Amino acid sequence: MKIIILGAGRIGESVAGTLVSERNDITVIDTDEARLRELEDRFELRGVVGSGIEPDVLVEAGARDADMLIACAAQDETNLVCCKVAYQMFGIPTRIARVRSNAYKEGSPLLGKEGFAVDCVICPEESLTRYIGKLVEYPEALQVREFADGLACLVSVRAVAGAPLVRHTIAELRECVPDADMRIVAIYRRFENEPDRFIFCEGQTLIEPGDEVFVLSAREHLQLVLSALHRYDPNDHREVERIMIAGGGRVGLRLARQLVETGRNYQIKILEPNHARCVQLASELPHDVLVLHGDGTDEDLLENEGIEKIDLFLSLTSDDEDNIMSSLLAKRLGATRVLALINRRSYADLMHGTQIDIALSPAQTMLGELLAYVRQGDVQAVHSLRRGVAEALEIVARGDRKTSRVVGRKISDIELPKGAQFGLVMRGLPDLGEGVIPAGETPPTPAKVIIARGDTVIESNDHVVIFVPRKRLVRDVEKLFRVSATFF
Amino acid sequence: MSDFFPVLRVFGALVGFFSLGMLVPLVVSWTHADGLRHVWAISAGISFFCGFVVWGSLRRHRRELQARHGIFLVSFTWVLLPLFATLPMMWALDSIGRPVNFTHAYFESVSGLTTTGATVLAKLDELPVSINVWRTFLQWIGGMGILVLAVAILPLLGVGGSQLFKAEVAGPIKDSKITPRVKDTAKGLWGIYATFSTVCFLAYWAGGMTAMDAMMHMFTTVSLGGLSSHDSSFAHFGSPLLECVAVVFMLAASCNFALYFIALRKGHWRGFWRDPELRATLTALIGGGLLVALVLWAKGTYGLWDALRYGMFHAISVGSTTGYATVDYLAWPVFAPLFMLLLSGVATSAGSAGCGIKMVRVLILVKQARREMTRLVHPRAVQPVTLGGMVVDHRVIFSVLAFMLVYGVTTISLSMLLVLTDLDPVTAFSAVLASVNCTGPGLGSVGPAGNFSGLTDFQVWVCTFAMVLGRLEMLSFIALLTPSFWRK
Repeated sequence: MKIIILGAGRIGESVAGTLVSERNDITVIDTDEARLRELEDRFELRGVVGSGIEPDVLVEAGARDADMLIACAAQDETNLVCCKVAYQMFGIPTRIARVRSNAYKEGSPLLGKEGFAVDCVICPEESLTRYIGKLVEYPEALQVREFADGLACLVSVRAVAGAPLVRHTIAELRECVPDADMRIVAIYRRFENEPDRFIFCEGQTLIEPGDEVFVLSAREHLQLVLSALHRYDPNDHREVERIMIAGGGRVGLRLARQLVETGRNYQIKILEPNHARCVQLASELPHDVLVLHGDGTDEDLLENEGIEKIDLFLSLTSDDEDNIMSSLLAKRLGATRVLALINRRSYADLMHGTQIDIALSPAQTMLGELLAYVRQGDVQAVHSLRRGVAEALEIVARGDRKTSRVVGRKISDIELPKGAQFGLVMRGLPDLGEGVIPAGETPPTPAKVIIARGDTVIESNDHVVIFVPRKRLVRDVEKLFRVSATFF
Repeated sequence: MSDFFPVLRVFGALVGFFSLGMLVPLVVSWTHADGLRHVWAISAGISFFCGFVVWGSLRRHRRELQARHGIFLVSFTWVLLPLFATLPMMWALDSIGRPVNFTHAYFESVSGLTTTGATVLAKLDELPVSINVWRTFLQWIGGMGILVLAVAILPLLGVGGSQLFKAEVAGPIKDSKITPRVKDTAKGLWGIYATFSTVCFLAYWAGGMTAMDAMMHMFTTVSLGGLSSHDSSFAHFGSPLLECVAVVFMLAASCNFALYFIALRKGHWRGFWRDPELRATLTALIGGGLLVALVLWAKGTYGLWDALRYGMFHAISVGSTTGYATVDYLAWPVFAPLFMLLLSGVATSAGSAGCGIKMVRVLILVKQARREMTRLVHPRAVQPVTLGGMVVDHRVIFSVLAFMLVYGVTTISLSMLLVLTDLDPVTAFSAVLASVNCTGPGLGSVGPAGNFSGLTDFQVWVCTFAMVLGRLEMLSFIALLTPSFWRK
């Protein structure tokens, strides 16, 4: 696929990095020449210096035969205009724009063919906020990824000694927690002085304390799943209540607003060093959110504001070092859980296994949405995991026993690439591939989530969730699901 | 002094314009043949002539008015314009054989124009109808502000209209421009005022008043004035229905007229009901009414129904600074009259026809106090004072604090001045409060059953001064008395 990326900022860089590794032809447009040369050195891509709203520059970047444009420059205006130009002058089939403004939501007539001609809007802040919101809702999880609008979830959770499932094999799962329907798809085990190792999950695999376990389950079982792996005492159910956010930037503000809108009684404190921004935050947020003027690395301030009683400390500034230091400090001063935004991969690796409970890469959280667009076939959702090494895919099975290699077959008969695992089958979802359902009509049967077992037979139009531990296997999985008339 | 020639020129125009108001009693006098025709006609002529001479001789001093000119003109107008209103009043009373001295006549005019509603006249029912019309008509002009009216319809005030508007419209936040042109705003406000008046008149008429009574009581209801053409005020009618009508219109006139204007322009009333000041005003008045009713019922003064009728009517009448009374409420448990008098200081909205501290200032003060309390616990908290989602500027907060200080000092020192003249403290304090808040009836001998005629001339002058101060919101009038105002 030929892809043009506008903007070589943080988002542009991580998008480019991910897409390059999937054997796409990438051209990046940016006005900063030094930055482009840097990217050219790191990845296999071409840089074009210039403004993305100039047709000449787009021609130079190969707009005439490009398949996709991803506009993720810093300014909304640039991205919108670039998409318009790409559509009107060059007819690039797929145009994705990063837009921060809330007025340009998907479905708005402004984004239609008559308007700015944007197919898909991505907003990294929005994705990140939603993602962190999930972590607040399920505090035991390291990450929560949704499929089919939250019908099913993939969670990763750190196994804790003493929890019901820990020190048991996967085969004993049903006996240990009979109520929780789940499927463990991968385990990453911690070793001293070396990176975590992927462990293939079979019946005999033992879950040990400290393992990072990837589990798929329906959303209603999520709480049970988490307590099976993470809690000492299932009765000791402690929800997150007191939250402190260091950094009142866009993400901090969005998150605070989102948390207030959930209607649960969170006690939220926001630390922000810029006074003018503080005033703005305090006037935009409801009164029960306490805005404090100060730095997240200010020890006295943290202590005065009762850091030891904080259930969740989130450092969401744009500065990696500040985030790392303030969350380490918060942890040492007694915060129960700390989360830090870390942009640089090297820092994220450094922080691995330290006191920081969750290190989040902002760019990673929105890559999934983008990848689903880039992939061929019926890929509905892609979640990039373990910093892009592994992936969880939601693919729609199509065709029948004659034309497909998966439909009508038992899971035990289907040969997935080694390491890949079937997780769930979601049946009865509305078929988006073949025309939209008329408005007002609900699907005849509510969608249900089936845990994949050896004897589960896949039907046409099932959404299958597959865990792929290594990215290069993704193509094989996609190939497997491809409908071919010539098969047999 | 020549600096103020443009101001005098505008004042001349105002007097000429004001003289047209005397045509109203002239017409009434003509149709009712009460023998005072010549008084009104000649007074109107004299006023018009005076105004015309001043305006004509200063014709060449047409200049843009500055902020200090606005202050000067407003104070000048409110002090000198009552003189022209006093002229026919003295003459008319003289010609029916009930002469009053200048002090009392001037007091009556100021009480009318400032919408206070205190009176020094007795046996109102026996007065010629044109005199009563003039008294009540003065309140109607004063309610929305004569300068606002002038800005709205006099083309020659095109220059500096916004300064006049700002100087006369009450409230701490003056620069809330509703329309790009101040003339349109003034027109809109008076349009709404006139509409209310028409509806109120029709409601009174349909409710059983004579057309003349309906008109006069309409004049004093929508302006929150409170003068009546009967000694027994609203008790003359003894109709619960009319009292209900009065309550509805007093409540409506206690709210900011700009809100009606905005709601009508937008075509929806969502923002109207969401306005914090409106909510607070209605809560204070209706809640205060219920409280008074409860006290009356619990203390056994009245049965449940009568307690509700008298409690609501009087609390809203006094609280909204109108001051109608149907019974001598000083006979009630002492809590009720005192509470109602204090309520009149705070309940009405800025930009309404009422006077006093204004609800918006109270809200700002309460929020500021709450902020200080938060600061005690969280020294670094940033909590701007907001009203309806908008941050209130520091300068506004300080001006509110300054206003409160001046209000307190003025009230106390004027009360002390009255006490010095051997007035009993309750009467002294309540007379000043009732004048500063433009309420009308106070406690003691200036209560609803008595009137201000029992005071000495000096005491009457003190109350007159207090009324002008209250109507012009203290600061601007006092600024005029400082040397720095007059320094170049």
